[in-house]
Amino acid sequence: MNEKPSTIWVLGDDIDTDIIIPTQYLALPTIEAMKPYAFSPLREDLASNVQEGDVLVAGKNFGCGSSREQAPEIIKALGIKAVIAKSFARIFFRNAINNGLLLIEHSDLHDVVKEGDSLTIERNQSISYNGMDYPITPLPNNLLEIIEEGGLVNAMRKRNGRKPLT
Amino acid sequence: MGKTMIEKIIEYNTKIPVKADDIVTVQVDRVMIHDIFIPFVAEKFEEMGFTNIWDTNKVVLIYDHLVPASVTDDIRHLKIGDAFATKYDLTNVHRSDGICHQLMTEAGYVKPGHVVFGTDSHTTTYGSIGAFSSGIGYTEMASILGTGTMWMKVPKTIKITINGTLPKNVSSKDVILRIIGDLGADGATYQALEFHGDTITNMSIASRMTIANMAVEAGAKCALFAPDEKTATYCNIVLNEQQKNLFGDEDAIYCKEMIYNAESFVPVMACPSQVDQIKPVKELIDIPIDQVFIGSCTNGRLEDLEAAATVLKDKTVSPYIKLIITPASRKVYEDAVKNGTMEILAKAGAIITHPGCGLCCGRTGGILSDGERVVATNNRNFLGRMGTSKVEIYLASPTVAATCAITGKITFPES
Amino acid sequence: MGMTIAEKIIARASGVSSVKAGDIHTVSLDRIMTNDGTTHLTIDMFYNQLKNPTIADPSKVVFIIDHNIPADNPKTAASHKKMRDFARNYHIDFWEGKGVCHQLMMEHYVTPGEFIFGADSHTCTYGALGAFGTGVGCTDLLYALVTGTSWVLVPETIRFHLKGNLPKGVYPRDLMLTIIGEIGANGANYQVMEFTGEGASNFSINDRMVLCNLAVEAGAKTAIFEPDEKTIAYLNTHGNRIPKAMLKSDPDAHYVREYTFDLSTIQPVVARPDFVDDVIPVKEVGEVFIDEAFVGSCNNGRIDELRVSANLLKGKKIPEHMRFIIAPASNQVYLQALEEGLIDIFMESGAMVVNSNCSVCWGGCQGVIGENEVLISTGTRNFKGRAGDPSSKIYLASAETVTASALAGKIITADDYKHTL
Repeated sequence: MNEKPSTIWVLGDDIDTDIIIPTQYLALPTIEAMKPYAFSPLREDLASNVQEGDVLVAGKNFGCGSSREQAPEIIKALGIKAVIAKSFARIFFRNAINNGLLLIEHSDLHDVVKEGDSLTIERNQSISYNGMDYPITPLPNNLLEIIEEGGLVNAMRKRNGRKPLT
Repeated sequence: MGKTMIEKIIEYNTKIPVKADDIVTVQVDRVMIHDIFIPFVAEKFEEMGFTNIWDTNKVVLIYDHLVPASVTDDIRHLKIGDAFATKYDLTNVHRSDGICHQLMTEAGYVKPGHVVFGTDSHTTTYGSIGAFSSGIGYTEMASILGTGTMWMKVPKTIKITINGTLPKNVSSKDVILRIIGDLGADGATYQALEFHGDTITNMSIASRMTIANMAVEAGAKCALFAPDEKTATYCNIVLNEQQKNLFGDEDAIYCKEMIYNAESFVPVMACPSQVDQIKPVKELIDIPIDQVFIGSCTNGRLEDLEAAATVLKDKTVSPYIKLIITPASRKVYEDAVKNGTMEILAKAGAIITHPGCGLCCGRTGGILSDGERVVATNNRNFLGRMGTSKVEIYLASPTVAATCAITGKITFPES
Repeated sequence: MGMTIAEKIIARASGVSSVKAGDIHTVSLDRIMTNDGTTHLTIDMFYNQLKNPTIADPSKVVFIIDHNIPADNPKTAASHKKMRDFARNYHIDFWEGKGVCHQLMMEHYVTPGEFIFGADSHTCTYGALGAFGTGVGCTDLLYALVTGTSWVLVPETIRFHLKGNLPKGVYPRDLMLTIIGEIGANGANYQVMEFTGEGASNFSINDRMVLCNLAVEAGAKTAIFEPDEKTIAYLNTHGNRIPKAMLKSDPDAHYVREYTFDLSTIQPVVARPDFVDDVIPVKEVGEVFIDEAFVGSCNNGRIDELRVSANLLKGKKIPEHMRFIIAPASNQVYLQALEEGLIDIFMESGAMVVNSNCSVCWGGCQGVIGENEVLISTGTRNFKGRAGDPSSKIYLASAETVTASALAGKIITADDYKHTL
């Protein structure tokens, strides 16, 4: 129960992968180089102002669109701790899990939170915001296993008898 | 109890009975990796500690987003791809032959009943010939390259039935746009779409590809068409017993059913900036435009170029309007040259580029600036996809797009 | 004292009976061309720096988008939009994506005897039709747009006497690179290169364009051929245009220098990186492996070059790792190539046929080359980094040498390549 509070960024419905990282930046050499352009078509202020440990709270169908895995990687690289949305598009969902980015589906939270407020996540249990606790559904086992291994790369390294990457 | 088409494909693959929502491990028949993601796949593959690819024959590497290169960084991707192919003996490499999703079926890599994954969301296209195919990220792709397997949840299925004859000015693009509008951009999240009805049976494979391609815009995991004689001809095969049996049973369990009369379809557009913002062209008449794009894995095939040529024959593109045509593949380009389609398009004043993703992937090929409006035949009209966030993208069929190119404004196509 | 063609054109355009080298005159421009390389800057100056901005004669102005088409980023798209809106507003002829500016000018506008400004250094191409075309910056161009006139310092003329005929397998491109190699990159600085003799009159208009186009690479103000019946025939088949004036140099005209080139001694050459005047025979290049090959540009993207290239490519496949890009110089050239079956041959060989535009020659947005890569090209320039990464290298050669090299994966003459088969 010692989780730190996270500052909230509020986004709308159908936040697509072209918003998260436009295609024109996908051939930049590293995720670090792409980072400044994250969310640039919609929120130019976000990438430069987001702080380590912040959370995104969005509406339905977050991450719809392409299979670009840079999308969750960049969100993680920005220091964003979790994305809370009414629902997630499935390719994005898998990509995020495989990279160890925490996603939480919650049907109500988006309707009540305000940008700049903070919330606290108790992993796999609940979110507390403004004095209220919002319970969350735990992830299925096969996904938890991937997260517990530290992502799919490390799960595969274990299978191949290698030490995990830190 | 009957089975849906996806359940049958997964059963044949895993050799165990399955039903929707089961979590299974499938044996992968083909994978496709394109130029944007190959450096990441290569890096993850080696990070995972693999030293061999499970079956080099089953891997297809395609350069299409970055061809011809528009910035020097693009070349790095191609070089990394070449080095990866050399290191691991990959021979199925296409360096300038067109868009991945066109080549996977056209060059015969995918057959009915296959289980296919690609590092691109529009991998759903191959459902048009009765394969299960879906987009994944580069980390999962790297794990398939090492293991040849993949876990998945068997999706529930939405059954869509269309009977009757489509009006002459309506194409399969109008059909899928309307369906996406009806479902919403997340209306089929992690579900399979299964298409039935005589309208579908009468459709060309190319038209089915347009529908399967865009299924992901409703969030679908895949979109499936039962293989038939057209499929067999297209794939240059004789359907085997399993392939002949790849259809959704009458008594299969569907999570939802949608039934349409073909006659009820009209030319439509997806309006900025969401694919499910569908409006009839009739309600958008006279909106001025700056550019038209005909191409992409959705609508860059021969029948699409022919549809445009039918409209553009002996006409010219409106002054100050650009019509950019990017054929989906080298073969499409060649066929369009041979049957005179290209000549009609060039005479009308089209800008004809080398086959590839072109403008659809927003890196080059006709990028726009603030305040400009484009009518395009591709699959996405997301904010900022073709330039700045102040560019408006309307998605439409090739017939509608070509009609707009002549007038310079949104125009209803004569039937 | 007699006058050269160039002097006569300046006299005509200035409304005086005679001029001589070193004089300064005010000319009325017959035509002004500007492309998407700089027009947006000219337009900005037009709106921001002039009190009463007007265009002297919009009917003489041509705007052409050819460098970054289709646009590769929102910035170029915005420049294009600025040009398009301006052209529409001022009723200026406007071409977008229909071909390289100089090719379009030759196909649709230029006539003998005209004095033409273009905001592009290769405007000297128009000498192929006996016109005085020269490249200017956007400030000069703006002045010309607003006043319809400009000042000109009458240049000296150098005569290049061309004897005999080129051997088979040697092209005007090889000749012009040889000439530039001989006189150097500033060998004709602010001078006119006038081509004369039997060799010159035997050249087709396309051949003459190849020679004139590259004159600026020797520093020339322009280059020129005496217009003749071939010129008239070209005008007739390209829109029935009427010559402004069929001018010839007088027998007693003054030439600052004269050179004689025996065409029968010319051989296939390349200009080595990073200088257009570092020219050596292809046979002496040694083993140079290449990553990309390009046939196109205002210098060498016409039907003649496409025919030569297709002829060699027919029935063959370029190597898997080779990128071979072909950019027809205009939509007309493309249609002609389509009709002759050349596009088929290119596509079947594994080459990429791109839309008509400056393409690889400009290095802006198509076929860009990467770190340490080597390009062989029919473009106009091989300056450091022009086609991509600063560490990359460009060799310039004829369409036939480029095609043979694309097939072989290394720089080679067409003859030597055929012997390897």
